[in-house]
Amino acid sequence: MEMVKLTIDGKPVEVENDTTILKAAKTIGIDIPTLCYFQLKDMNIENRPGGCRICVVEVVGRRNLAPACSTNVAKDMVVNTHSIRVLNARRTVLELILSDHPAECLTCAKSGYCELQTMAQQLGVRELPFQGAQSTYRKDTSPAIIRDVDKCIMCRRCEMMCNDVQTVGALSAVNRGFMAVVAPAFEMNLEKSPCTYCGQCVSVCPTGALTEVDHSRNVINSLADPTKTVVVQTAPAVRAALGEEFGLAPGTLVTGKMVAALRRLGFNYVFDTDFAADLTIMEEGSELLDRLTRYLKGDQSVKLPILTSCCPGWVNFFEHNFPDLMDVPSTAKSPQQMFGPIAKEYFGKKLGIERKNMIVVSIMPCLAKKYECQRDEFKVNGDPDVNFSLSTRELAHLIKLANIDFNSLPDEDFDNPLGASTGAAAIFANTGGVIEAACRTAYELYTGKKLEKVEFDELRGLESIRHATLDFNGLPINIGIAHGLGNARKLLEDVRAGKSQFHAIEIMACPGGCIGGGGQPFHHGDSEIIKQRAAAIYREDAGKPIRKSHENPFIIELYKEFLGKPLGEKSHHLLHTHYFDKSAGTFVDE
Amino acid sequence: MAKIKLSERKLQELKEVCKSFNNDKGELINVLHKAQSIFGYLPAELQEVIAKELNVSVAHVYGVVTFYSFFTMTPKGQHPISICLGTACYVRGAEKVLEEFRRVLKIQVGETTADGKFSLSCLRCVGACGLAPVVLVGEKVYGRVSPDGVKDIVAEYNN
Ligand code: SF4
Ligand code: SF4
Ligand code: SF4
Ligand code: FES
Ligand code: FES
Repeated sequence: MEMVKLTIDGKPVEVENDTTILKAAKTIGIDIPTLCYFQLKDMNIENRPGGCRICVVEVVGRRNLAPACSTNVAKDMVVNTHSIRVLNARRTVLELILSDHPAECLTCAKSGYCELQTMAQQLGVRELPFQGAQSTYRKDTSPAIIRDVDKCIMCRRCEMMCNDVQTVGALSAVNRGFMAVVAPAFEMNLEKSPCTYCGQCVSVCPTGALTEVDHSRNVINSLADPTKTVVVQTAPAVRAALGEEFGLAPGTLVTGKMVAALRRLGFNYVFDTDFAADLTIMEEGSELLDRLTRYLKGDQSVKLPILTSCCPGWVNFFEHNFPDLMDVPSTAKSPQQMFGPIAKEYFGKKLGIERKNMIVVSIMPCLAKKYECQRDEFKVNGDPDVNFSLSTRELAHLIKLANIDFNSLPDEDFDNPLGASTGAAAIFANTGGVIEAACRTAYELYTGKKLEKVEFDELRGLESIRHATLDFNGLPINIGIAHGLGNARKLLEDVRAGKSQFHAIEIMACPGGCIGGGGQPFHHGDSEIIKQRAAAIYREDAGKPIRKSHENPFIIELYKEFLGKPLGEKSHHLLHTHYFDKSAGTFVDE
Repeated sequence: MAKIKLSERKLQELKEVCKSFNNDKGELINVLHKAQSIFGYLPAELQEVIAKELNVSVAHVYGVVTFYSFFTMTPKGQHPISICLGTACYVRGAEKVLEEFRRVLKIQVGETTADGKFSLSCLRCVGACGLAPVVLVGEKVYGRVSPDGVKDIVAEYNN
């Protein structure tokens, strides 16, 4: 690659010749403001429509200002990023965007996190000179996501996420000019589209146009109801990100403080989804071994590879796109949904708490879980196994609302029995973690030998599709891993074509796995944050005295006392599920 | 939106068209043009088929259909009425004529009357500026149309 020298704001810089002015400036510490531009570095995610023109800079000798995000550097270029001409143009661009934007910052769910708001502050907009008609559009509320496109600035980041990264294709820019919006086909509601509720569009939307359905109020009401026993479970990924909401460095583990905060919020029992993750491994791992041994014995009815099923975004995706492969994924429920019936049917019964008096709340890095816990098959006589699912962001809000000084909380421990977990459960949060956890258990159960080194380094990393062959006592086991639904699609197409070499495949809908989930604190395009969270999760695992799910004493106890054995009748009833064909176009009413 | 049944014969024709474009998603606009000339319009069900054939999302197809004004999702009336809004016609009061058509037919631009008889659309200069303002009903050209003449034009086709 050829290197070129240029000058930006009077400073010399040398970069490869296909670098944009934006990136070149960044290398010397100059941050040109952007709105539509979005990138998750090293994760193959970039949005560069060059549409908003907030990033304009002056290139000496050129007549027009150039958008820095989509203009490449050239030899001896001289760039000014904050000349008076640039500042005026940039402000005008922003004022025009704001002229068709509702000034609802006081009540907007995104306030304080909104990139448009930040931009208005940064550029010092103090009045809105352009007054004119504002476009209005109906609000669309789905089980997990609210679309309020009056706040849309047409950056099209969501479209990039949904189409290019996730290959779901639920959203597209439609209509033109003033009437343009991002919407599902035929402007149907999101609920009628093939949306998986992965929430990746929400996590990149710069404004309040896409937000999660907020269930905090329901939780507050439950906590205030003296007739209810309110139980909470927290997903593995939450503890590695929640601290960010309280100014802690990304990658700070706040497990103990999180437990303390939940207790102060008034939850009667603070339990851990990690416990249910260990349970998932018992069921999913046993299913893997069962299918594998039958397959090796030549049983033709057995389907391999087995696919993990703990990610509800991914479950929605294959129900919509691969209904012909519905017998390939494991039937094991996600940890969130395993936890529900164990809390209500086992723990609650043991304590003599009637089902109707127990409320189960989950704290999740995920928006798909909001939809998942409302699915009919996860209800008993209309009562959901998990009543409400809150995102990591919503929990942070609740803590602030209750005047809890998070950072000065002591570290506290989860309650027993549903709070005990192993390191294997912790790594569910990272891409590759579920299959690593499953392999720790499957290896020992299959070979009867003790695993000397529990870390499977070959399964870790952030590459979009990974594969590794593990040695199960001479038997080679081929593992595939994909995160992001577009990558999952590639592996699934191989399975469909009968070309897949894998025995088992792990799939996570979100880039990075749940640590990059749609309900996590906003990363604003900084992939370093996601990497720090992943590292924190591996630290959490390493710090656990027990690191294999089948060695969790409370799991052993649960099988002894209540469930019987993995894949047994009770497990089948409480911990496994079935899938539905959702491929028929749902957007045209019958 | 009620489901409509697309003619099998026309669908076959459409699939041939897609094939002639190698089912290439880059040819979406061309495929939509052909589809519209086969079916007369681009109903939702048709867009679904095209999306499947070209392996793109239905949302994307819909996005393209709504972006270009020459694509339409409503079937044209038996007598499609087009009003030229080119500069010459505009200057000579085409907008008032359009206004009158909307009032008389009780439909907006892009819509079709409930009895399926008339639909309303706008055009850019049709190259008959000398006759401005110009109105087309099907293939027939009406020149120097005034708002007062609108009722008579509609009446011509109404019995
Ligand atoms: S939640 Fe996921 S699938 Fe649904 S619209 Fe957003 S990005 Fe697409
Ligand atoms: S909904 Fe949000 S992410 Fe999508 S185009 Fe609008 S502002 Fe951008
Ligand atoms: S990867 Fe995790 S956060 Fe994302 S949809 Fe799946 S379960 Fe939810
Ligand atoms: S950030 Fe460069 S054009 Fe929008
Ligand atoms: S402007 Fe109407 S025919 Fe030319």
